[in-house]
Amino acid sequence: MKEEEWLYTISSKKRLIDFNFKEIWRYKDLVLLFVKRDIVTVYKQTILGPLWYFVQPLLTSLIFTLIFNNLASIPTGNGMPPFLFNLAGITSWNYFKLCLTGTSNTFVKNQDIFGKVYFPRVVMPLSVVISNILKFGIQLLVFISFYIYFKYFTHSSTNALPQIEIVLLPIIIVLMGLLGLGFGMIISSMTTKYRDLTFLLTFAVQLLMYGSAVMYPISYFKEKLPNISWVVEYNPIAVIIETFRYITIGAGDFSLYKMLYVSLISVLVFLFGLIVFNKTEKSFIDTV
Amino acid sequence: MMKEDIILKVEDISKQYRLGLIGTGTLNHDLNRWWCKIRGKEDPYLKIGETNDRAKKGTSSYVWGLRDINFEIRRGEILGIIGKNGAGKSTLLKVLSRVTSPTTGEIKMKGRIASLLEVGTGFHGEMTGRENVFLNGAILGMTKSEIASKIDDIIEFSGCHRYIDTPVKRYSSGMTVRLAFAVAAFLEPDILVIDEVLAVGDAEFQKKAIGKMQDISKGEGRTILFVSHNMASIQNLCTRVMLLDNGKIDIDGATDEVISYYLKKFRNKEVEQKLISRADRKGNGKLKFLDYWFENIKGEKINLIQSGLAYKMVLKVQNITTNNLKNIRISVGIDDDQSRRLTIFSNDLTNQVIEFKSVETKLVKIRIPAIPFQSGTYHFTLFASENQNISDWVINAGSFEVENGDFFNTGRIIESNQGYILIEHEFH
Repeated sequence: MKEEEWLYTISSKKRLIDFNFKEIWRYKDLVLLFVKRDIVTVYKQTILGPLWYFVQPLLTSLIFTLIFNNLASIPTGNGMPPFLFNLAGITSWNYFKLCLTGTSNTFVKNQDIFGKVYFPRVVMPLSVVISNILKFGIQLLVFISFYIYFKYFTHSSTNALPQIEIVLLPIIIVLMGLLGLGFGMIISSMTTKYRDLTFLLTFAVQLLMYGSAVMYPISYFKEKLPNISWVVEYNPIAVIIETFRYITIGAGDFSLYKMLYVSLISVLVFLFGLIVFNKTEKSFIDTV
Repeated sequence: MMKEDIILKVEDISKQYRLGLIGTGTLNHDLNRWWCKIRGKEDPYLKIGETNDRAKKGTSSYVWGLRDINFEIRRGEILGIIGKNGAGKSTLLKVLSRVTSPTTGEIKMKGRIASLLEVGTGFHGEMTGRENVFLNGAILGMTKSEIASKIDDIIEFSGCHRYIDTPVKRYSSGMTVRLAFAVAAFLEPDILVIDEVLAVGDAEFQKKAIGKMQDISKGEGRTILFVSHNMASIQNLCTRVMLLDNGKIDIDGATDEVISYYLKKFRNKEVEQKLISRADRKGNGKLKFLDYWFENIKGEKINLIQSGLAYKMVLKVQNITTNNLKNIRISVGIDDDQSRRLTIFSNDLTNQVIEFKSVETKLVKIRIPAIPFQSGTYHFTLFASENQNISDWVINAGSFEVENGDFFNTGRIIESNQGYILIEHEFH
């Protein structure tokens, strides 16, 4: 018998991209169950429970409004309530941040389970991103309620209007997810050997927020700090947040070229993350 | 015909590990490796490496956890894998269940493989038993509908019916294990990999679990790979046993054959330490313990002892003086690994007379009809006196290893937390 029919082959040889979609599809139920676990168990044994999903962005927006708009008087545009401006920034930033931090410890956090059973490892970060999309959905509802409040119950938001480009919202959500997932997978792969990155990450995420146009419009940054404006201008996350704000409340600028640039970067980061992740998953358990 | 039945084929599997702290020099080695790869050379660290003998000090910081493993399994076989700690058993299972990838070699299989390396993987305390069954089942590779169709059987088998909608954090550890094993038992992979699960759970559940495993393999034609230290359950379950030693296959064959080979072969390293040259002795030195060993009923020297079987402990004792010595007392005190005295063998208890002629060297044999100890390491102290005067006294003269044997002739063993001593008993 020459070539026998083998269902699986485990080999020491590594292919660059070893992405078995069929296998991941077979584990789709696992992805959903992990999502359910994430959503259901986070706020178990808390008094406020799911209310925490609302409390955090609201309080942060409030503080940002006080500090950056009232105190430091960063302009948010004419007829644009600063609170709404900040809430838009924070809602989209939070989604990216949670995708990044949630996936960046995939290997270290799950070493117990990864050390015992095999399933496509990418199921884990994937489920993190999906559950974050759901959380983002909840926060989006909060944002919409406040938009309605400002629009119809106050007179301050004369210019806050959704733009026609809002049809791009799903693409923006996917792009942010890809970016968070891609960076998260790269970091999680590297932390299996070099634990330094864990410490760097918390710090870096905080710094990144200031460079991502969360609490200011990109145009204002360019005006005040023209020498280093490229930091924000070419930061894909800043572009996405600015775009999110533009399509939802019409604050800031929109550029199709920048969107294409961000799409390219996101896909590249995601693919690179996938390659690194695949390389790591084979034997990380020996080094973790 | 036979060849078509082969469900798993392992070819030249090796696995290299790096010892010591991972951290210092990691980056350096990684860069070096990468540089060699670019130039198209072989990984420089694959050439080095030593056999993985835990007891010996090695010079290289790379070891081979597994080296050139080759074997095949036929459908429906229950293959037991035995070996000392660190022989590579768990590494082999990890490679087989795809938890880690081999350094070299290839594994081919014709079916789905699922591992039960440790039950309860992925259980989340805040979720109910039922939710955890679904999650755990999915982790082990089942789909939601597969689990849904079996959930009643799973709950029934686990015996946790009453608690099934309670969060698992309220479960006792035994209940968690039951539920976890139940999920795995109803898993339907073609190859099931099990590592030491039967050590947990109460006796009733163990019986159920062993029965279920036999059903799985015999009735349903499933293949099982079973790693255990427990010779009783290996003997009971497996059709074939493979002995690993230092990452290599030592022997692979019929169950009884391999087990007796294993017990005969593995000598405790400390046993070889020469008693004769021990200096920390007390007494007037008229008598001297020179050596000791254990024999099985056939009179063969062995070094691993199985509970429930008969052995002779042999002491080689020399009369150093030129006088005939009478009124000798020789005793062996047995301690457990925490130096608690468990029992003593002594010729004044059995009222047997031992005498030595001038400069005579004698073999004193103590027959023990059924070793009544749990698996573990036991130490002993040797004592000899002549006319109530201590002649030779060696504290901790040596140790011996006991493996769980079939003491009760039922294939069942006492759980490790249920004591040290086995006593024959009957219920009426």
